[in-house]
Amino acid sequence: MGRERLERYSLTGPENQAAVAAGLAGGAWFRSAVPRKRMKELMRRSDYPAVRDTAIWIGLIGLFAGLGIAFWGSWRAAPFLLAYGILYGSTSDSRWHESGHGTAFKTRWLDESLYQLASFMIMRDPTTWRWSHTRHHTDTLVVGRDPEIAVMRPARLAKLLANLIGLVDVPVAFMLMSRHASGRLTADEADYVPASERHKVYRTARIHLAIYAVTIALAVGLRSWLPVVLIGGPRLYGACLFYVYGFTQHAGLGENVLDHRLNTRTVKMNVVNRFLYWNMNYHVEHHMFPMVPYYRLAELHEEIAHDCAPAYPSLWAAYREIIPAIVRQLKDQEYYVRRELRPGAAPFNEPALINDGRALPLATANAA
Amino acid sequence: MAHWITACEADDIDPEDVIPFAHEGRDYAIYRSPDDTYYATDGHCTHEKTLLCDGLVDGGTIECPKHNGRFDYTSGKALGAPVLVDVRTYPVKVTDGTVYLDVES
Repeated sequence: MGRERLERYSLTGPENQAAVAAGLAGGAWFRSAVPRKRMKELMRRSDYPAVRDTAIWIGLIGLFAGLGIAFWGSWRAAPFLLAYGILYGSTSDSRWHESGHGTAFKTRWLDESLYQLASFMIMRDPTTWRWSHTRHHTDTLVVGRDPEIAVMRPARLAKLLANLIGLVDVPVAFMLMSRHASGRLTADEADYVPASERHKVYRTARIHLAIYAVTIALAVGLRSWLPVVLIGGPRLYGACLFYVYGFTQHAGLGENVLDHRLNTRTVKMNVVNRFLYWNMNYHVEHHMFPMVPYYRLAELHEEIAHDCAPAYPSLWAAYREIIPAIVRQLKDQEYYVRRELRPGAAPFNEPALINDGRALPLATANAA
Repeated sequence: MAHWITACEADDIDPEDVIPFAHEGRDYAIYRSPDDTYYATDGHCTHEKTLLCDGLVDGGTIECPKHNGRFDYTSGKALGAPVLVDVRTYPVKVTDGTVYLDVES
C-alpha cells in the first residue's frame, strides 16, 4: 500500500499524465464574482502592516532567544526557548508563504528579504519551494500534480505524527540540501523547477549548509548545545504549531476538483493565532484570490461569504472533522468531507464526474 | 506598417488600472499608468495564460492574479519568477479621447 500510495501522488508517476489528459492540470477554477473596484481595494499593498508585524515577530524571537541564553543551564530557560522555537520553527511557515507570494509588503525587496530568511528558518529551498507553491496554486490537490499534498489518502500517519517534532522533515531537508549542493534536483523537483532557475537552488543549498556547519562547529567548540538549539534545532522542537495550523488547510477534503470550496478550509482563529499564522486561516479566500495581502483577507472573507460554506468556528471544530475524516480515509479512499454551501451560493464547479472530489481512478472516470 | 484599431475610450480605464480588450480572437490588456500614459500588452500572462486584466496595477507593473508574477507593462519585461518570459507589448495612441492599438506592430 505504501509504495502504491506514494506512486499515485508522485509527480513522476502515471497520475501526472492522466491528470493532464483528463484536463485537470491548469484547469479553470471557480472564483466568486467580486466587483473590480472592490477587488482593487482588497489587492492594494501597504508596507505598514507587515513592517509592524515583522518587527513584533523578530522582536519576540530576539527577546525569547535572549532570555533563553540568559537562563541557559537552568530549567528556567525551557519556556523561553520553547516560545523561541515555536516562533522560529512554526510561524516562519506563514511568513515564508506570504512573502513568497510577494503580498506582505508593497516594497519588493522587503518581501524578498523576509522570504529568504523564512525559507532558511523553515528549511525550504526558496527557489524549489517557490515553484512548488506555484504548482500548488495551479493544481491544488490534483493528484500527481500538486507537490504539496500534506495528507494523502490513506494518510501516512506515522510521518504526520513524527513531523510534529520535525523527525521526517528535517532529515529530508538536509538530504535535499546535500543533493542540491552537489548540483542535482529530485525527479519531482525537475518537473516544476525551470532549468534557468536551478543554479539558484544549488547556490542557496551551499550557503545554508555552510551556516549549519558553522553552527555545529560552534557547538563543538563551545561544548554546548546552545548554538544548535538556536539555529536549526527549532525546526524540530518548535515545529508542532506549523502542522497543527497546516493540516487545517486541505486535510480530508476533495481531490481532483476545480473549486477551492471543495478542497480548502477557512477556520476562524483568535487574534493570537491569526498573528502567528498571518491570517492563513482564511485559506479558501487566499486560494481563490492569491493577490490579496494577509491583512485584507478578513475583509475578503466577508465579501465572498455568501458563496462559501460557513467557516469553521475554531481550530477545535476543524479538528473534530479532520481527524475522523483521516481515520475513515484509511479504509475508504473515496471518502472526503463535502461541505454544504449557503442557500443562494454559486453551485460547486464540477464540470465532470472526475471533479466531484472522490479522486476516482482517472482511467475509470474517463471511461465513464 | 501600423494598423491602428479602436480599443476603448480613454476614460474607460481608471488611472493605475487595466482593462481587457479582445480583437479577432486575441486578448489584449490596456493599461493607464498613474501619470495617464496608456500602454498595451498581450492579454495573458506568459507563465500560465491567466488573464492579466484581473491583476493588480501598481505604478508601472502588472501583477498576475494567479501566481503573482510581475511584468513591467511599459516594456513587457518579466520581473522574476514565476514569470520568466517577457509579455509582448503593442504601441498605443490616444486621439480625441479614444485609445487606439497597433496590433500588427
